[in-house]
Amino acid sequence: MPAIICEDVSIRYKTGDIKEIGIKEYVMRRITGNYQINEFWADKNITFSLEKGDMLGIIGSNGAGKSTLLKAISGIMIPTGGRVIVNGAIAALLELGSGFDGDMTVKENVYLRGAMLGYTKKFLDEKYDEIISFAELENFETFAFKQLSSGMKSRLAFSIACMLQPDILILDEVLSVGDGAFRKKSGDKMRQILSSGITGILVSHSVDQVQELCNKVLWIDHGVQIAFTDEVDLYCDAYQEFLMTKKLPGNREDIEKLADDYQERKKAEQEKKKTAETEKLKKILEQGSSDTAVRAAIRILEDNCPEALSEKYKKQEDMN
Amino acid sequence: MNYHNRIKAFIRKSKNNAFLFSELVKRDFNEKYKRTALGMGWSVLSPLLTLLVMRVVFTQFFGRTTEHYTTYLFCGNLVMSYYREATTNGMNSLLMNAQIILKVNTPKYLFILSKNVSALMNFGLTLIVFFLFCYLDKITFTPKMFLLVYPVFWLLVLNIGVGMILSALYVFFRDMTYLYNVFLTLLMYLSAIFYTLDSYSPRVQRLFLLNPVYVLIKYFRLIVIDAEVPSLAFHLLCAVYGLIALAVGSFVYKKYNHEFVYYL
Repeated sequence: MPAIICEDVSIRYKTGDIKEIGIKEYVMRRITGNYQINEFWADKNITFSLEKGDMLGIIGSNGAGKSTLLKAISGIMIPTGGRVIVNGAIAALLELGSGFDGDMTVKENVYLRGAMLGYTKKFLDEKYDEIISFAELENFETFAFKQLSSGMKSRLAFSIACMLQPDILILDEVLSVGDGAFRKKSGDKMRQILSSGITGILVSHSVDQVQELCNKVLWIDHGVQIAFTDEVDLYCDAYQEFLMTKKLPGNREDIEKLADDYQERKKAEQEKKKTAETEKLKKILEQGSSDTAVRAAIRILEDNCPEALSEKYKKQEDMN
Repeated sequence: MNYHNRIKAFIRKSKNNAFLFSELVKRDFNEKYKRTALGMGWSVLSPLLTLLVMRVVFTQFFGRTTEHYTTYLFCGNLVMSYYREATTNGMNSLLMNAQIILKVNTPKYLFILSKNVSALMNFGLTLIVFFLFCYLDKITFTPKMFLLVYPVFWLLVLNIGVGMILSALYVFFRDMTYLYNVFLTLLMYLSAIFYTLDSYSPRVQRLFLLNPVYVLIKYFRLIVIDAEVPSLAFHLLCAVYGLIALAVGSFVYKKYNHEFVYYL
């Protein structure tokens, strides 16, 4: 039984009049026949299905309809056309920060936000200490939420969210948060959850992340489905190239060509970088005084061509 | 098996919702009282001030002929201010929680219910003061006063229903607040809060019964001032107003539940 089935999902936004005009103007326009609304399709005929344990990465430029699609899958929106079938408990982290109340204390906010994520009171009672210690907020429990720094806020938000034990996890740009050490910690924690065999959907602007974590890819552009595939590397490469050229692929050949172009471009770039560094190395060796120049040279060699260095130099580098 | 699972899932969901609901009530209560220095006292004080002004201003016109005029005024203010607070808060409840509704899949009626709970608690506080004033006004306390639970219950139902309708309208039309404020002022003048209906013809007096708020105020006055149990028809009328509001509100929510997100 597939975990998620999306069948021909289309979502239409109504824009224009109604939101701005108010009821008096609305009635007037209805009477005079001036009333009109514009339609805008955020997603059109998106079709895919995921088996249990699949990780889907959704890629597409801004305004492609990724977030809207996630809203439909998580049940916040009902698709205008088509249908979504979900088997299992679903948890959607579309935004970590929503649902907090600035005037309430950190502790109260943990319970409030936890309740919104579908945790039980018992579960929160058990996990509360873990949440606080993961967020590194031990001394701030009685502070009002608005008194926290923005880094602390996002740490708390993440720590509450990562206690999730869903069958299906949906992430919208929230793979890791915070700065420095916490960024790594949160990223590791999410990876650990994702690799525990749950089904996941991930929207990320980082294609590398998608390539690293996902075994399937859905490519959307302006609401239109370009591809749904398990050839992650090929399509991610093609997408990277598309981001540069802005030319949408029409068929399989285009995809392969885009991917090839990307690989070539990447190679060329690396080549260029290497030459630039070699130049730099040469310059240093020619001009610099003996000690610093040699050390810089070793460092560059280490980055590009570690096998060229003998053990002796490495040791010397460590000592310094 | 499938059926069994569905029941289990339903129970789990209800439990979660109950927990979320209690957290939302806490939040709303907190928001209401923590921000003002006077806190809870203010919510009792403000209807008292209205009462005081009305007592001073209108005693000249109506007070001399009306027995227990202070209690008469307080009945009107008590019901009206509860109705005003609960419906206005209810109207704002969806928009205020837009950030949550857009990002978390939660039942939307929870927000309006939690607002109604905090308004009800407020009403309870004012009610205590009300009985204190009754005592000062030399009202005889009778067991009949327990019947006041009846109009309070239907007032609650009415407030929830009207709040649902208004909150849905407010999502679609942002000028609802202004219009509703105008409506509330009109409603106050039509609810015979500070005047009596004695000088109107019986036909006009019956027209007042079209106003649910007036009906509930009258119930209070009959019990408290006249120590008289209203007729069965009057009881039914209270219930009908509450049920109509709730039915329309639920219908609107059911129908537009999934439209709201597009307009928030």
